[in-house]
Amino acid sequence: MSLTEAVQRFIKNGSQVALGGFTVSRNPMAVAYEIIRQNIKDLHIVCHSQGQSFDILVGAGCVKRVELAYGANGRFASTCVRFRKAVERGDIEVEDYSNNQMSLRFLAGSLSIPFIPSKSGFETDLLHKEGFSTEMRSHRKVARKKFAEMTDPFDSDGGKVVLLPALQPDVALVHAQYVGDDGTVRIKGLTFADIEQAKAADAVIVTCEEIVPKSFIRLDPDQNSLPPFLIDAVVRLPYGAHPTACRLFYDYDAKHLNMYRYMARDDAGFRKYLDEWVLGVANHEEYLDKIGGSGLMTIKADPVIGYRPGLDRR
Amino acid sequence: MADYTEREMMAISAGRLISNGDVLFAGTGVSMLAATVSKRIHAPKAVVFFETGGIDPSLDELPMAVSDSRVMHGTCLNSGLVESFSIVGHRRLHTIAFLGAAQIDKFGNLNSTCIGDYHHPKVRFPGSGGACDAASLASGVIIFMQLGKRRFVKKLDYLTSPGWLQGGESRKEAGYARGGPIAVVTNKGIMKFDEATKAMYLAEYYPGVPISEITGEIDFDIDVAGAKESSPPTAEELRILREQVDPQRLILG
Repeated sequence: MSLTEAVQRFIKNGSQVALGGFTVSRNPMAVAYEIIRQNIKDLHIVCHSQGQSFDILVGAGCVKRVELAYGANGRFASTCVRFRKAVERGDIEVEDYSNNQMSLRFLAGSLSIPFIPSKSGFETDLLHKEGFSTEMRSHRKVARKKFAEMTDPFDSDGGKVVLLPALQPDVALVHAQYVGDDGTVRIKGLTFADIEQAKAADAVIVTCEEIVPKSFIRLDPDQNSLPPFLIDAVVRLPYGAHPTACRLFYDYDAKHLNMYRYMARDDAGFRKYLDEWVLGVANHEEYLDKIGGSGLMTIKADPVIGYRPGLDRR
Repeated sequence: MADYTEREMMAISAGRLISNGDVLFAGTGVSMLAATVSKRIHAPKAVVFFETGGIDPSLDELPMAVSDSRVMHGTCLNSGLVESFSIVGHRRLHTIAFLGAAQIDKFGNLNSTCIGDYHHPKVRFPGSGGACDAASLASGVIIFMQLGKRRFVKKLDYLTSPGWLQGGESRKEAGYARGGPIAVVTNKGIMKFDEATKAMYLAEYYPGVPISEITGEIDFDIDVAGAKESSPPTAEELRILREQVDPQRLILG
């Protein structure tokens, strides 16, 4: 399936979308750019710690509401630049959770259980302050309450637990290193909560660095992450997570992330970035041409250790 | 004039608080330095792991984020978020989390979410990430903060990560089985928390720093009666920090 078709078929105005990856690693960038090019609006983003793909979707005005734990690009942006602006201006609706809470919510969704207990966050504002209004909570796929607290029914000492509502997003986006031509997905390195998010979602779009034969990916099934029957679209997009990193294939593009942070600081600069890098290119191929061969070579990972040793990361 | 920077002193001071066998939960920035320093110098048997799921990486190069491919190399195990939180709160492990924040109060509660009203914030920060979880579940927390009256505040604008809550027994009563902040490592000295009241007190001031320079940058009362001067970094600590931990000076600056 082409990138254009995958986005058209599975992501609509108002869809609830789980973004894969974590801050500067394996963000579904190519899909995010295509969402922007297709001018899809009012997305409800659900994620734990998101970086570049989240920030550019928020900046481009594609996002109406978000449930998240963290928005930053590591040392490249201590808070996601456009996310910060959007919250300070009141442009998006935000509900804060923690990483443990968000990953447990996806886990609950993947297990088809309605909620899940946790021992994290008692007496904090994560639980005391609710971002979504009662009105927002009447929308589909939004939990009626942020959380509930109860006494552990199995504990005679009456210990407390926090109950968190499950998440089952409309679509989960995953960028993986390998997919078999049968649809089996193999994520290398840390999986973050990608597997739980994919298993919890109604549809899954996987972009990948390489499509490999079924005979190869089933030779060592211990390494595989998701079965074919949960995957709705597979698109081969080498460098599909650029400028974030994809272990064994490429490092993050420090120069590009720094340029983005600089340009995103004001509205005109961000517009210029979008015009140049997202709207000004027709597809992923043109995007790669724009980065150029030497740019891609600079960040190409050592295939054994997984990143580019000695990369200038200032 | 000392021949080391405040950031170097912070990383080394935090490293000195770690014991062999501790399991360290590291974030980005100075906390990453401190975790690496303690492993290379003070507690070689300590294990560093990241909330993203990277467990005991070789850290040949300093990661710029907890999702950096550098936390996935040379590990004993690469996993994910659910697995990493099973380690933070594991009853068999003594886990120490390094956390930073925008604001801290007298009882070591932290704000990394926003300044101003949560619904209409003046400044928005990244949010909890795994900080609330580490503060809830780890055996102990070491906090990194630059001093400043807007940072050491009487009342947080938002309580993201639990410290000793209202002090005394309140943390236990809230439902936490263990944990709580052990120390606050700042650019001028180190604070700890009273065993009974759980209020912050000045434990150490860095060599040559007058105590008034520390109290002048804190917006609440703090006991300084028992404060002692820290011993300066040794030549060996500085050498390892500069030559092995952050030779590119990515975080040391």
